[in-house]
Amino acid sequence: MIKYLDEFRDPIVAKRILETIKNTVTQPWVIMEICGGQTHSIIRNGIDQLLPKEIELVHGPGCPVCVTPIEIIDKAMALASKPNVIFTSFGDMLRVPGSDKDLFMIKSTGADVRSVYSPLESLNIARKNPSKEVIFLAVGFETTAPGNAMAIHQASKEGITNFSELVSHVLVPPAMETLLSSPANRVQGYLAAGHVCAVMGWQEYEPIAEKYMVPIVPTGFEPVDVLEGILMVVEMLEKNDYSVKNQYLRTVRRQGNIPAQKIIQDVFEVTNQAWRGIGNIALSGLKIRQKYHHYDAAKKFSVDDIHSQESELCLSGIILQGVKKPNQCPAFGKECTPMHPLGATMVSNEGACAAYYKYQRLK
Amino acid sequence: MNNNMKDFTCPVPILEHDTIQLAHGAGGQLSSKLIETMFLPRFGNKILNDLEDQAVVPLNAGRLAISTDSFVVDPIFFPGGNIGELAVNGTVNDVAMSGAKPLYLTVGFILEEGLPMEILHRILLSMEAAAKKAGVTIITGDTKVVNHGSCDQIFINTTGIGQVPDNVNISASSLRPGDKIIISGTVADHGMAVMTSREGLSFQSRVNSDTAALNHMISKMIEVSPNIHALRDPTRGGVATTLNEFAKSSNIGIRILEGSIPILPDTRAACEVLGIDPLNVANEGKLIAAVPGEIAADMLQVIKRCEYGNNAEIIGEVIDDHPGMVTMKTALGALRIIDMPLGEQLPRIC
Amino acid sequence: MCLAMPGKVIKVFEENGLKMANIDYSGTINKACIEYVPEITAGEYTIIHAGFAISVINEDEAMKSFEAWQELEKRINE
Repeated sequence: MIKYLDEFRDPIVAKRILETIKNTVTQPWVIMEICGGQTHSIIRNGIDQLLPKEIELVHGPGCPVCVTPIEIIDKAMALASKPNVIFTSFGDMLRVPGSDKDLFMIKSTGADVRSVYSPLESLNIARKNPSKEVIFLAVGFETTAPGNAMAIHQASKEGITNFSELVSHVLVPPAMETLLSSPANRVQGYLAAGHVCAVMGWQEYEPIAEKYMVPIVPTGFEPVDVLEGILMVVEMLEKNDYSVKNQYLRTVRRQGNIPAQKIIQDVFEVTNQAWRGIGNIALSGLKIRQKYHHYDAAKKFSVDDIHSQESELCLSGIILQGVKKPNQCPAFGKECTPMHPLGATMVSNEGACAAYYKYQRLK
Repeated sequence: MNNNMKDFTCPVPILEHDTIQLAHGAGGQLSSKLIETMFLPRFGNKILNDLEDQAVVPLNAGRLAISTDSFVVDPIFFPGGNIGELAVNGTVNDVAMSGAKPLYLTVGFILEEGLPMEILHRILLSMEAAAKKAGVTIITGDTKVVNHGSCDQIFINTTGIGQVPDNVNISASSLRPGDKIIISGTVADHGMAVMTSREGLSFQSRVNSDTAALNHMISKMIEVSPNIHALRDPTRGGVATTLNEFAKSSNIGIRILEGSIPILPDTRAACEVLGIDPLNVANEGKLIAAVPGEIAADMLQVIKRCEYGNNAEIIGEVIDDHPGMVTMKTALGALRIIDMPLGEQLPRIC
Repeated sequence: MCLAMPGKVIKVFEENGLKMANIDYSGTINKACIEYVPEITAGEYTIIHAGFAISVINEDEAMKSFEAWQELEKRINE
């Protein structure tokens, strides 16, 4: 029994919540779960098969793997191919297709590409290999930003000079606003990303809920969490309650994690950011501050002009926004499969297309 | 790591060099010395001791099962075992999965120049013990030495030979609707033991590899009934891969139940932390059997009484629906497709 | 990007000037950086993401969740 995990996987409680959702809903609602981890949980547990048909779940863009710009992947591969470089990354990123290859393929040509569990592991590799340049691909939402920041902060404190990060961090609230202000938006209620909120709190969602008149519920990741979050959104929609209510009570506080926010502030600053498939969203990303520029791999290393080219067939962006479903993409299941992905939403195990691929063949 | 008491009573033989040299693989005096001092004392038997270039063995009429496999695991010592016993058990199992009684093994070593003799000795001790436990004889071998950096310390290739009983016809294409799927024990132990012991991950995990020879279990199973439809050990790619192979070969559907899959708590915790699906992780001391429904309960009991089988469970059944696919009923009652994993299992954060 | 795991703090220590802890995930122990939950003590539970503790689990709130589920059962059975 894994404490604070297994209780939230209890099928009996889950069924109770499902029953309550069925008894509460009186009309169709479109709900989006922001975080890819929640998408993964939904798919893994078959939650969208079990919900009453009035509820349509749209999978959100909360998959940092999916939204990392193709230019960053291409740049990562160029850096990994440099001599004397140890390129480190979270495992999720290694199979994401760039214009032409992915990091795994670069590894197979002899580049030293390693998957790590934590940026501190990457820093440790730098300590142990003083004659090599260690680069860490620092991607993620706000959840991962404090850790990625700490690695830089620590490197600076210890005077480690052979470590740097290629950063592509994305922030949730600006992305939510972009989705909400799009005329094509059909989503009426949101499950906010629980661990993002553990770090950032939920204060920044209150004005969004009010402005766009949508209920927003910071939600956890286990099936009971997700179902509870959906129940709360449905209850709020049924009574026109457009505010923020917290499902993930054991982990999320309104003000979030202050020390974590402080280090993000110290190391990073907000910047405009491209989201793969969606486009540029103003002030939706993080970059390394000038005072830590020695740790910015994008500045430290020169990379030949990169001309990034997305697959013309890939509709990831439209799918990420919830405008089309994966099986409405002409390449879905044909030119584009998990074995041979054209875009990030098919590669990532929480990407909407990969998730659909598992279901489509059951029908 | 290796708690083999033999380590204490059987010290490293004394050789001129305490590490492997290129000359040890060159076929001359040093090679002979290596074989005599390191290999023969471990594997010695009438056939091997003749030191011919080939082993000549008598054959019974009937069918032979032959399997070959190469072992390149990194790290070479992992919690619960090492590359040596993995090599012996792995090939014994591959042969035994046909229902054959494994008889002989060949062993080919590729050694990296600079490999400490002490490491080689420990590996050979494990192989000796594993071969004895499985009841197989190592009848011929080969050793090559490559330049430092050309291989990762030691690679081992083994070929196994066994005799298949006449009344046994086990094949991945023999599954039929109504068959039950049995697994002989807990999943993901080997793969997670290796993963958590890799440098960089600072796990203090109690997960141990399950490496084990399963031929004795299989012969007990055949005594219950020779009518076992399919047998395979879910090594690389895990249970998911093996079940998919069965489903495709036999063109039937397989339905498993999430709650029925046995897993040790420590292994499960390691999988959860790293975000890895235990169905995708290698096992080295487990088998999956597909048996006709009517003998499943008896078969399960017999497996449970075997060494290595006490956690055996029936995890699913063969159905007509969705031929070629493996589906799982989740704890919540929904249906999910279990695909073969795409590649190496890596820790994830998404 | 949110795979995180609850675990119990067993021991707090320092490494390279950073506050660290050994975390017990029901048998498997791994170390994590607790700079973001610096007040945490042995016996408390936390959520770890990519080697960093990002929140202390509020056990009272968890109990409230468990109780709320009991309430749900009553509501359904009415």
